[in-house]
Amino acid sequence: MGLIVSLGAVLAIVVVAWIGGQVPGLQGLFGIVVPYVAFVTFLFGFMYKVVNWARSPVPFRIPTTGGQEFSLPWIKWSKLDNPSTTAGVVGRMALEILLFRSLFRNTRAEHRSGWLIYGPSKWLWLAALGFHYAFFTIAIRHLRLFTQPIPGLIEAIDKIDGMFQIGAPPIYITDVVFILAVGFLFCRRLFLPKVRYISLPADYFPLFLLLAIGTTGILMRFFFRVDIVNVKALAMGLASFHPVIPEGIGAIFFIHITLVSSLFAYFPFSKLMHMGGVFMSPTRNLANNSRMKMHINPWRTPPKFHTYEEYEEKYRDLMKDAGIPLERE
Amino acid sequence: MKDLTPQEMLRIDLHPPKTPWMDIPVKIKPGVYCYPAKPEKLEVVGMPHPHKWSPLDDDWGLPEDWKEIVLNGMRERLEKYRSFKIFMDICVRCGACADKCHFFLGSGDPKNMPVVRAELIRSVYRGEFTRAGRILGRLAGGRKLTEDVLKEIWYYMFQCTECRRCSLFCPYGIDTAEVTIIGRELINLLGLNINWIQEPVANCYETGNHLGLLPHTFKQNIEFMCMDIEEFVGIKIDPPFNRKGAEILFVTPSGDIFADPGIYTLSGYLMLFEHLGLDYTWSTYACEGGNFGFFTSMEMAQRLNAKIYHEAKRLGVKWILGGECGHMWRVVHQYMATFNGPADFLEEPVSPITGTKFENAKSTKMVHISEFTADLIKHNKLKLDKSRNDHLKVTFHDSCNPSRGMGMFEEPRYIIKNVCNNFYEMPENTIREQTFCCGSGAGLNAGENMEIRLRGGLPRANAVKYVHERFGVNMLACVCAIDRAVLPASMSYWVPEVKVAGVSELVGNALIMEGENERSVDLRGEPIPGRGEEEVSEDV
Amino acid sequence: MYDAGKVIIGLVIFFCFFTFAFWYNMGKAAPAPKPKLDTPVIKKMVKKQCIEGTHFMRTTHMQLLNHLRDQALRQGNRWYTNKRGEKVWISLQNTCLKCHSNKKEFCDKCHNYVGVDPYCWDCHFDPNRSKL
Repeated sequence: MGLIVSLGAVLAIVVVAWIGGQVPGLQGLFGIVVPYVAFVTFLFGFMYKVVNWARSPVPFRIPTTGGQEFSLPWIKWSKLDNPSTTAGVVGRMALEILLFRSLFRNTRAEHRSGWLIYGPSKWLWLAALGFHYAFFTIAIRHLRLFTQPIPGLIEAIDKIDGMFQIGAPPIYITDVVFILAVGFLFCRRLFLPKVRYISLPADYFPLFLLLAIGTTGILMRFFFRVDIVNVKALAMGLASFHPVIPEGIGAIFFIHITLVSSLFAYFPFSKLMHMGGVFMSPTRNLANNSRMKMHINPWRTPPKFHTYEEYEEKYRDLMKDAGIPLERE
Repeated sequence: MKDLTPQEMLRIDLHPPKTPWMDIPVKIKPGVYCYPAKPEKLEVVGMPHPHKWSPLDDDWGLPEDWKEIVLNGMRERLEKYRSFKIFMDICVRCGACADKCHFFLGSGDPKNMPVVRAELIRSVYRGEFTRAGRILGRLAGGRKLTEDVLKEIWYYMFQCTECRRCSLFCPYGIDTAEVTIIGRELINLLGLNINWIQEPVANCYETGNHLGLLPHTFKQNIEFMCMDIEEFVGIKIDPPFNRKGAEILFVTPSGDIFADPGIYTLSGYLMLFEHLGLDYTWSTYACEGGNFGFFTSMEMAQRLNAKIYHEAKRLGVKWILGGECGHMWRVVHQYMATFNGPADFLEEPVSPITGTKFENAKSTKMVHISEFTADLIKHNKLKLDKSRNDHLKVTFHDSCNPSRGMGMFEEPRYIIKNVCNNFYEMPENTIREQTFCCGSGAGLNAGENMEIRLRGGLPRANAVKYVHERFGVNMLACVCAIDRAVLPASMSYWVPEVKVAGVSELVGNALIMEGENERSVDLRGEPIPGRGEEEVSEDV
Repeated sequence: MYDAGKVIIGLVIFFCFFTFAFWYNMGKAAPAPKPKLDTPVIKKMVKKQCIEGTHFMRTTHMQLLNHLRDQALRQGNRWYTNKRGEKVWISLQNTCLKCHSNKKEFCDKCHNYVGVDPYCWDCHFDPNRSKL
């Protein structure tokens, strides 16, 4: 169900953009208004969501400790998997965000003739890392269309990405990685029973959207060519707040930019917010120093508990008979 | 469930059905669910809506505005816990956690996959709190809070031991334990706790310990163990109780005062302190390190925990030493100072024997017995005869809480290696930070849910079986009172040849005390092979 | 606690990163460049047309050039028949650059604008430049 609905939703976006991109009066809507609205939604929606998270405090220090704690001086301490200093936390977070440390631990458990067997399972990690780096690089590369003059770094990234010089225009490494990785993540969801069981429309939809974005991008580059100079003119118009719709940009471009806009607009309301959440997760971004440093819970109320005085009052005779010292005989 | 043989129990299918989980109604099964809390046990601590009910009934006797209570409770907790808010929003359902849960691996029930356990609540969050979920419903992964949904949440919140193994593997550190903790808090707003948790909470509130041992019984039980020690070791110990002006307050879970094999761990503590001439005291008031309040609500955890500092202040001790316990140490390490600190009436802990400053405890001022003992051994302050444990082939079970809520791995291992000659590690995916729960933590060590306990205990037991068959391991050491209470049941079902002991018991066995007898029996009164008195077996 | 400072720093970085293009360009319009077609050869042409139509050449010249390169150098066939049915001698130097002798004003203008650095000039040289 979720699969079909999500596919339908993405196809609907494609069809609407396809038609809209060919109606002269509507090009302004799909080329200018939709991208602006989507981007603003993303930018402020994302920040709103993060601020909303941040308005709730972190009352307790709850890092998930993944190694030996800081203890006696002669005990080897796992500084990155169980940091107790800020530097350690920065290191742990860097490993988490740049290399997906936790996912790298992944194992696969199986029952085999009465034994539970655990094997390493790195494919998810590899595909996830591949996808995220490819997508990030692709996004950075696209800045060549949004900047004038183009910063050297962006040109360099573009050049490295196309360094195999296969075809003209050259095939980007990241395009290949992107399609393979998203394809893998999609197949996983479809064919692994456990993952299929937990998948919701909200899981299929972004995958379809990403696949559609990648596909239209590649089609545009290699098959339904558009005048890239005019595309840049449009992009620069957006980036410099002098929006224009140049002549002769093919429908495929409007499909592509509408899909990307959909992703932007959908982002703050979806699981894609893990991009912000991974920085904010209290099991990873806190130092394991709660026995070393006093931490305050802003909503703490003093506990109502059975005090010693009440206890002694209640059990005075029993305590006296047992020879346990009392406050008041 | 007692009828199931291990072979039958092992027929586990980890492949979930094709039907989406939201379409599979919950079926509450005997052997899995725990009995409901007795109303009077809720009343003692003033918890809401005490009433008689049964999980098998259609009508759970919910208050009329139950839905509002739960939703308001959820809203309140979203505002109180950033963790909860973020964990409700960012799960991508990648499935990395799916096969990490001992309950899933042991039962094959797909709703025991951590991601689904959290989705039970997350779906309500989406359906009731997000605009998309309110409008699109199921399409946005949302569902309304109905009685059936509540029952499902109840059933699965009490099939999670809050061990955090899933959290370790989550790319965003989503901690299902945190979700379960909050889920259980919501359940408790309706008076739906289980009795196995609520009764210890009520006991602990009044008598100071989970078991409800009255002051004189608490003292007597410890004195009984002193009599055993006198018989087996030949040393007379007269432990101090509620003694003002002692340097150290010692707090351990009450399980160690009550039941086999925890009581032998107690013997270990008593002998160690006697041997050192430690200036310490027991307290009959702060006589529980464990904290079943933690399995109820944060507020309850704080209320039960408050006694320890309260008593430390009254007695005027300098610092606190804590016994071997799992969730006690999660609470002490991650929550205690924030709950009830700052403990500025105490001093930064320093070992009176070695002079070592326990830097990692300088704010909370509470030191783990394994940290304390490891330091003693490192400084050669203990004379140890390892060979007394030669009949034991030992492996070590990392308890979930000290592992993933603290990170204490090396200290107990260092101690074991210094008091035992035969130590073998279980496979690496089952120890240290990847350790498996005993299967009965977080208040699920009741009798009526034995089937799910044994199932949840399977991954741990399976690893023990591996080292048992490979190296002949016959002793499972641990630093947790719940482990000592529940692993014997799990072992006798899955690996009957393996017994369970606290690390301090092994220390007690090896410890050479001044003026002691030639040891022919261990702390359990069982003859040590090759020490002559094999025929003596007038055990207690 | 709240760690408001860290969250704000994070959001500022997020904002700056995603709005990079806006403040980098600072509202300066950068319309598409107009490649110059005013070389002496083109000026002399009666019917000013390239080997294929303008739209096709604007969007697809790189694929055509790549194709022609392969045909000429790998298959040894130096004749291309265009859509108008005319035969064209395949040579960058002698056919393309004969008309478009202004590399700087024609090729480079757009290539620089969209950040493309074709490797044509790794082997070929710009005849005008050599005269300098």
